[in-house]
Amino acid sequence: MKLPVSPFWIGAAATTVLAGMLSLSGINEYFFFAAYVVLQFVVLCTAWNILGGYAGYVNFGTAAFFGIGAYTSVVLFQSLGAPLLVQMAAAAAVTGLLGFGTGLLTLRLRGIFYSIATVAVIFIAETLMINWRYVGGATGLQLLRPSPMLPFETYTRMLFFIMVVLSVFAVAIARYIEISWIGRGLRALRDTEEAAECNGVPTLRLKLLACTVSGALMGLAGAPLPMYLSFLEPASSFSLNYSVVALAGAIIGGTAHWIGPAVGAILLASVQQIVTVTISSEMNVLVVGVLLVVFVVAAPDGILGLVRKLRRPRAAAGSPP
Amino acid sequence: MKSFARRWFLVAGALAIAFGVSPPVAQAQQPIKIGHSMALTGGLGAAGKAALLGLQMWVEDVNAKGGLLGRKVELITYDDQSSPATTPGIYTKLLDVDKVDLLVAPYATVPTGAIMPLVKQRGLLLMGNFSFQVNAKVQHDMWFNNAPWHDASSWSDSYFAIAQRFKLKTVAFLVADQEFAQNLGRGAKEIAARLGLKTVYEQNYPPTTVDFSSMIRAIRAAQPDIVYVMSYPNDSVAIVRSVNEIGVGSSVKLIGGGMVGLQNATVMESLGSMLNGWVNYHSYAPEKTMEFPGVKAFLARYAKKAVEAKVDPLGFYLPPFNYATGQMIEQAVTATKSLDHKVLAKYIRENEMKTIVGDIRYGKEGEWATPRVLMVQFRGVVDKNVEQFRLPGKQVIVGPAKYMTGEALPFDKARK
Amino acid sequence: MIFSFQLLFEATLFGILLGCFYAAVSIGLSVAFGLLDVPHVAHPAVLVLAAYCTYLLGSYGWDPILAGLALMPVFFLFGVALYRFYYETFEKRGTEAGVRGLAFFFGIAFIIEVGLILAFGVDQRLVEADYIGKSLSFGEMRVPLRMLLAFGIALALTAALTLYLSKTFTGRAIKAVAQDEAALRLMGADPVRIKQWAFGIATAVTALAGAMLIIIGPVEPMLDRVYIGRTFCVVVLAGLGSMTGTLAAGLILGISESIVLMHFGASWAPAVAFGLLLVVLGIRPQGLFGR
Repeated sequence: MKLPVSPFWIGAAATTVLAGMLSLSGINEYFFFAAYVVLQFVVLCTAWNILGGYAGYVNFGTAAFFGIGAYTSVVLFQSLGAPLLVQMAAAAAVTGLLGFGTGLLTLRLRGIFYSIATVAVIFIAETLMINWRYVGGATGLQLLRPSPMLPFETYTRMLFFIMVVLSVFAVAIARYIEISWIGRGLRALRDTEEAAECNGVPTLRLKLLACTVSGALMGLAGAPLPMYLSFLEPASSFSLNYSVVALAGAIIGGTAHWIGPAVGAILLASVQQIVTVTISSEMNVLVVGVLLVVFVVAAPDGILGLVRKLRRPRAAAGSPP
Repeated sequence: MKSFARRWFLVAGALAIAFGVSPPVAQAQQPIKIGHSMALTGGLGAAGKAALLGLQMWVEDVNAKGGLLGRKVELITYDDQSSPATTPGIYTKLLDVDKVDLLVAPYATVPTGAIMPLVKQRGLLLMGNFSFQVNAKVQHDMWFNNAPWHDASSWSDSYFAIAQRFKLKTVAFLVADQEFAQNLGRGAKEIAARLGLKTVYEQNYPPTTVDFSSMIRAIRAAQPDIVYVMSYPNDSVAIVRSVNEIGVGSSVKLIGGGMVGLQNATVMESLGSMLNGWVNYHSYAPEKTMEFPGVKAFLARYAKKAVEAKVDPLGFYLPPFNYATGQMIEQAVTATKSLDHKVLAKYIRENEMKTIVGDIRYGKEGEWATPRVLMVQFRGVVDKNVEQFRLPGKQVIVGPAKYMTGEALPFDKARK
Repeated sequence: MIFSFQLLFEATLFGILLGCFYAAVSIGLSVAFGLLDVPHVAHPAVLVLAAYCTYLLGSYGWDPILAGLALMPVFFLFGVALYRFYYETFEKRGTEAGVRGLAFFFGIAFIIEVGLILAFGVDQRLVEADYIGKSLSFGEMRVPLRMLLAFGIALALTAALTLYLSKTFTGRAIKAVAQDEAALRLMGADPVRIKQWAFGIATAVTALAGAMLIIIGPVEPMLDRVYIGRTFCVVVLAGLGSMTGTLAAGLILGISESIVLMHFGASWAPAVAFGLLLVVLGIRPQGLFGR
């Protein structure tokens, strides 16, 4: 049955409406505080997957783009008093550029070299922020939020809604990349880069595109962080934890399809939030590590892969989106 | 194609269901809940655990007398790991999930700095716990810090007074790059400039630094008379060890000043004779000028509990103050018969309160009106002995004049 | 910042001592990654784990160096087991599994880190020994004994491993398996067993390096993160598979860090290793002595 609008967009609209209703409802405030983190990881995992899942370049540097996104927001807020949406736009521009730049420098490297180079970017970005007094240096910066836009009652609710919209946006972009010629090209170069090149696939351009888009989305995920916490300091903003959870969420969900990272992120981040509230915050990092290892060893195609195996007992090639 | 729309609904619905149900809140509104985070692990953990014991002792005492306003007092504590990254989340949880009635701040400046915007935005009363100048930027009018200092001069004046007496001219600053040390450092540098002291070396180091030998060597090369160190427990210990290992040079006559951690019994025991000669701040020493009503009895009771709880056996630094914070809450709540934050804040702002650390009256910015920061010099300390610190003479109070029990000696002389 | 010849000399000397230590810490990775091509991102985590095990033994009164030596056989077995698991799960199934192998080791590193936090807490730990805290005086200069000791052991370790790889039969077999696995198989040696053995040795060496880590300074569970930069910087700068290169690269890193520390301040020092790594990867990815 052909609908005038793709079911994806119906679902996206419905999610946004649902989020809007939730943010105006009387649910406990802490829900929004925790849900923000979950949605943040939906964006991060989806962004990671564009380069990691589609193109096969395991980026460990998620934390760098996330942190730079947050710090761009701070700079704009401190210097111009810019509203949140302007901060986010600026963050996307800066981290997109950073993604492009790091891509240019590191994409020639294969496998583990590329991944270690991306870790290096994190530490260098962190060190630069530590040495920049204007954004607080290692001490960090206290920030006083402006009042939230109407109709939101509190700033956290507004951030929650913005994050939902951002997640839908990120997933839409990932889906577009996947089903378009870009996705085809990335899949080709993931399997064998030389063969793809010989076949006329513009590998470098595609990789750079993936890096830029991925970086920009990660920066967008980090941009509201200073307003969310009313405080920002380098050590936690550039924490390697972001890199691991972004990677783990995508792998656990399934890297082949755009919905995998979203599913993985929601599952992983929700478990983390619950564990943090009920047990301890260390345990939540342990949960990530253990789940990552278990899935990588036993279920390399993630939850999507398991679901597919349950549905179609015979081995099947990937289904069309 | 439809299955994808279905998937979206499933995902969105699962999210809503997973979080739509509020975690169960205590049904009976009977106990008065006081919520806070405390550094139980991490760099500040050793002191934090002792502080918690002090606060818990107050909770026990007040409940033994029937509680507050006829209700039992319940203390809800979370470990913030000495990190400012955890406190915003913890305090949000305390307010929205645990639904506490009153808040106490985390111990120390660094974890507290991160929640100042939060409490100001929500208009809440916050009882500070040994933070330094953490309200300067935010200017919250319901903040009351329980610590014997207020501004920079209240701390640094007595340190530099010793320098004046020795007629010292040059100073080196070694400052951790975190909120406390930076606040203290800023003020100290202004005072040094005003006194005409020349700064020959200045270094801000990241709080995660573990090796100070190159900085100590650079300080030695600069040949200062005074070294003013502003550090947190891990760095303080590393700096004392490093100076002991490679020496800081014969020019230095006064060293120390703002080193958190050297008040902790376990640290003092493990550093032992390495501490001799260092002049550092403190809030209490067992000298005769420090005998406030109730404090000796408190320390005796504390010492017994500390052994069981395996925390700082002396409890000179934080526990009496944490007990006193409880006493201030008690007096405010009992006098106003209210838990309304604005009402309580007004009372605390306007009244002098009697506690085991003396009479406390608040001045501007929510700090003590009359400071009482001590400068103590370690003298004659021997290794591996914690009981020696219970006797007077090991931490000689060398400033301010009102509480002095001895004259400071130059660093190299006091080392012998 | 203050500049003087004396300070520069001291910084260089300290850099040499530190650099040798960095070499010893990285040599296990040089074997695991450089020779065996295992994406062992968990190497620094194993290093910190060894440091904590040394601390544990230290709390029973063991001298840290003896503890390190005692831990070597234990870690050897651990290394063999880890490699075996990695081989069975990933390497056997071809290059596609390379990405997942990397993710696997990343996960292991995290599990070790969190395990340490759960077992020991986030506090810093250190060991006490007679030689920690004392220093030797050379005129105006005082050199900490613990640095000299770490330097000496590191040098001995590197020399021993280099000799082992070039003079003994198994050692040369390890080098051979890195160069041409098929040829080795034709000669009757089992490449998998040799690689297992090599990985075990690399892990055992790391055990002693971990003991030195806690002698040099206090450790805390997240220390592995900054050592990712240092160890990979040394291994890449050295050139994959070169043991003498590892020593040279370690010295270069140690001296650079020391001079940056002296001249620019402590807040720039952590970026030296990572910055140097990026420069090497950008300009000369095969390193100084690469094969």
